[in-house]
Amino acid sequence: MIEVNDIHKSFGENKILKGVSTSFEKGKTNLIIGQSGSGKTVFLKCLLGLFEPENGSICYDGRTYSSLSGNEKRNLRQEMGMVFQGSALFDSMTVEGNVMFPLEMFTKQSQSEMQDRVNIVLKRVNLIDAHNKYPSEISGGMQKRVAIARAIVMNPKYLFCDEPNSGLDPKTAILIDNLIQEITEEYDITTVINTHDMNSVMEIGKKIVFLKNGFKEWEGTNKEIFKTDNAAVTDFVYSSELFKKVRQMYLEERN
Amino acid sequence: MFFFIIRTHLPFNIIIFTITRLIFPMNYLASIGSYFIMIREVFKKPTKWRIMKSLILKEIDELIFGSLGIIIFISFFIGGVVSIQTALNITNPLIPRNLIGFATRQSVILEFAPTFTSIIMAGKVGSYITSSIGTMRVTEQIDALEVMGVNSLNYLVFPKIIALLFYPFAIAVAMNVGIFGGWMAGVFGGFSTSADFVEGIQLDFIPFHVTYSFIKSILFAFIIATIPSFHGYYMKGGALEVGKASTTAFVWTSVVIIIVNYILTQLLLG
Ligand SMILES: Nc1ncnc2c1ncn2[C@@H]1O[C@H](COP(=O)(O)OP(=O)(O)OP(=O)(O)O)[C@@H](O)[C@H]1O
Ligand SMILES: [Mg+2]
Repeated sequence: MIEVNDIHKSFGENKILKGVSTSFEKGKTNLIIGQSGSGKTVFLKCLLGLFEPENGSICYDGRTYSSLSGNEKRNLRQEMGMVFQGSALFDSMTVEGNVMFPLEMFTKQSQSEMQDRVNIVLKRVNLIDAHNKYPSEISGGMQKRVAIARAIVMNPKYLFCDEPNSGLDPKTAILIDNLIQEITEEYDITTVINTHDMNSVMEIGKKIVFLKNGFKEWEGTNKEIFKTDNAAVTDFVYSSELFKKVRQMYLEERN
Repeated sequence: MFFFIIRTHLPFNIIIFTITRLIFPMNYLASIGSYFIMIREVFKKPTKWRIMKSLILKEIDELIFGSLGIIIFISFFIGGVVSIQTALNITNPLIPRNLIGFATRQSVILEFAPTFTSIIMAGKVGSYITSSIGTMRVTEQIDALEVMGVNSLNYLVFPKIIALLFYPFAIAVAMNVGIFGGWMAGVFGGFSTSADFVEGIQLDFIPFHVTYSFIKSILFAFIIATIPSFHGYYMKGGALEVGKASTTAFVWTSVVIIIVNYILTQLLLG
């Protein structure tokens, strides 16, 4: 459970977050949506502790980030997994090296235990024949999957994904979505996902937070997003004709 | 007319710019401050030794062994040129011919091997360090390390500092090759006999000069490891800025090396 209370973040004069409060529950896939440049990545980086908000507090299962000591902060971070928007794989290491890195860094497992774990997570993300390739030798979608594997290899309590399925084909995108959802439910992880992808919103949006102009414009579930009459949300989510029709049909069906 | 004004005013602008920069060095002070904060951070929360060991070995291979070729090449020819220049400038028959060997030894050991080589290394090793760390910053790899709870400064910079502790060995190689180059140029260029040259090399040898040179190179090594790291680690922007950061890092590394060289020479030999 992550509770976010009135956080503000600006870069110089440029105010990005102007007071956002919400909460993300355990075992659920929480989605953050919003236009490009609306501050989704900044918000996520605040959750990760990479940016310190000027105001407000973030609380992880009762631990308020700003009141933790340096060591406690590092320990908390070891409970987090992050999939960056650009994957952020270490390009001096192979796929296997990347996924094994957190294990090597923070566990006392033997080589074969680590190898087993790496094989399991790489198989989970459907990568079986890329172990010894370097990030520059695999496609963008494969890089995303390696990044997910690396984020989940330590069994994190909190998982953050910045557009995990952008740049993937629809089938792989759904696979990744389902994968994240399964892992979230299986290990009771608090998962927060930034996305542009309306498919994800409909499929796995157990909770959706819509950011606009630095404020939380709307929040609700994927069921509620069909019914809402918040103009900003419908305008953003149903910007394509197809989705407009789908919504129409859904609403008619219900009446 | 317009272009004429711009052209005549350009140097003027540069002078004004430089003066304001010198009078208001606030951002330099801030940078120097954050440089020392970075150094302190590098030695905090060490990375697991098993991982650190392999990182150090990799950096020794990359930074020291990878540079030996160019160091040897440069030292050989610089030594040769010093020898020839000295020979050509001895016109007075009263000056003993062993001066060629003596002058080559002194210049190579005192300045050319430690300082000149370090400036070259600031370019070669320094730009490699800035661009590799800068690229990691731009592609969020440093953020990824931090998110995992790794002290990224220790992980990235510490192995480079340790690897460059071996830099005096490279300098020792440079000294030997430089003097050898001088001997080759002197003897085969017909400027000196081998016996004269060797006598010159042994003349009035002060072992402290070698110590002085090694003390210098250890400090230069630290500068070459940390200033480019600083510029790479704290850079902002994209691929273009990585290139700019490398250039800035090279300029600052060289400037600091030259200043430290001056101060050390004054302290140790003056
Ligand atoms: N490190 C930074 N320094 C200064 N400004 C920043 C920084 N990071 C983000 N911004 C600014 O914050 C705003 C929001 O950026 P952010 O990356 O959060 O958008 P986003 O919602 O993730 O967009 P996208 O969907 O395209 O990824 C942008 O206007 C950007 O210029
Ligand atoms: Mg983003």
